[in-house]
Amino acid sequence: MSVLILAEHENQKLKPSVAQLISAAQCWNQTVHVLLVGNDLAAAAQGAAAITGVASVMRVEAPHLQHPLAEDVANIIAGMGREYSVILAAHSAFGRNVLPRAAALLDVEMVGNVVEIQAPATYVRPIYVGNVFATVRSNDPIQVVTLRASRFDAADTGNNAEIVNLTAPPASAKTRWLSEMRNPSDRPELGSASVVVSGGRSLGSAENFESVLAPLADKLHGVLGATRSAVDAGFAPNDIQIGQTGTVVAPELYIAVGISGAVQHTAGMQDSKIVVAINHDPDAAIFQMADYGLVADLFEAVPALTAALP
Amino acid sequence: MKLLVAVKRVVDHNIKVHIKPDGSDVELAGARMSINPFDENAVEAAMRLKESGVATEVVAVTVGPAAAQDVLRHALAMGADRAILLESSKAVQPLGVARLLKALVEREQPGLVLLGKQSIDDDTCQTGQMLAALLDYGQGTFISALEIENGEAVVTREIEGGTEKIAVTLPAVLTADLRLNEPRYVKLPNLMMAKKKPIQTISASEFGIDVSPRLALVKVADPPARRACVMVDNVQELVEKLRSEAGVLP
Repeated sequence: MSVLILAEHENQKLKPSVAQLISAAQCWNQTVHVLLVGNDLAAAAQGAAAITGVASVMRVEAPHLQHPLAEDVANIIAGMGREYSVILAAHSAFGRNVLPRAAALLDVEMVGNVVEIQAPATYVRPIYVGNVFATVRSNDPIQVVTLRASRFDAADTGNNAEIVNLTAPPASAKTRWLSEMRNPSDRPELGSASVVVSGGRSLGSAENFESVLAPLADKLHGVLGATRSAVDAGFAPNDIQIGQTGTVVAPELYIAVGISGAVQHTAGMQDSKIVVAINHDPDAAIFQMADYGLVADLFEAVPALTAALP
Repeated sequence: MKLLVAVKRVVDHNIKVHIKPDGSDVELAGARMSINPFDENAVEAAMRLKESGVATEVVAVTVGPAAAQDVLRHALAMGADRAILLESSKAVQPLGVARLLKALVEREQPGLVLLGKQSIDDDTCQTGQMLAALLDYGQGTFISALEIENGEAVVTREIEGGTEKIAVTLPAVLTADLRLNEPRYVKLPNLMMAKKKPIQTISASEFGIDVSPRLALVKVADPPARRACVMVDNVQELVEKLRSEAGVLP
């Protein structure tokens, strides 16, 4: 039996989660197949074939898969899924949309947001917004699992796996893709940035996000993040929201500015390697999550930090 | 059009849960319970569809023990017309819930099923997608905007880096994100009136569906602790630590 990994891609490029899932999959000691669903997949397929640990890349290409819909992708997985003992995807908006549907079609329960694989069917996953870590064991014949990809080191490249072209089943035609609105940004994508500079409601305005935080983020070649309360206050767009209801990030360096540290927010950044907290309140809960803390007025400390950097 | 809204009774989102001394599970005895916040958005969306004349009836449903009636009362107080308790004394996992809801959908024939995008207790985020799969319906998950047009639900979905818009043929399954709406405040008179509305109890076993859990809970634990925070006195010290100790600055 083998492991099937649902690969995510965008603009003909694989997302960083693919190499992380491939490395996580090695613990099963089975051959690893990568499933790519979309249109115009040549570059992404080459990219997946080059990742160490991949035996085959299964490429399902069709014009109607240009914007892959959950109905179509789940049908493809369900159609081939019984030949696999493990089916993995990232716990991203895409993975969370598709994989539960595929699991139900295969009549198995799904294990979501896994942060650690303890044994081939035993997983650790956060519950209660990350306040509790549960260890669960699946009794299903096919393990269908979404992983928090940032918890796993990326596999190397240098491989040359075979690429197998599979015929796409006809479109399910229950859902039509209409449009997407990407918030334009020259900065790297939030989910894969190595530095995140994040602000809370005490920034006070959208202007301050740009004038106080953005220069620091730019100097560190990082991206801006925001808490839900800052987004709700209109200081930052929702697509940079970090937390339970936003994006989960795990950068090398996370700088939390004027953030109290509500679990809603920390659920989205607790895997960051180094956390710096700058807050005027010495009792703020964010300091319990931080490696380095500075009690200071952010409007003085952040520009000073920006200026002190090379 | 009839709407079915699935709600779940969870530990109130303001409560920090504790772990039982033996680590077998979280301690729920005596904890304040509420309707799952995302499900409240789903009920609100249903009420707005009814108030705008798109829907004619809103039916709330939950799967749980007899005590789960209180979240059905909450949905009724928000304006739902009637409610159904699929009673099960044992915890039912997402696939089991989806199977029970499928059976109820076949009985009730709603034009649209609404759920919250995930529950805040086990954070699974899969019941809606599973229900859509079992019914062979289209799905719109994590929605932040909803309109019904020409037999389709036109929804905006929250995705990484922005949003996407899709049209899902009815009947469909939709799951609500918090940004979909601001749920109405339930006033006392509405709560009193909700007590007069009917709650139908159906034993989950009546459907003859296997809802036995597929996942076994081995143990629960506190999240791994981070090392203690090093407090610095000023920006210069911070830069120095980040450079020499943490190695994250050149």
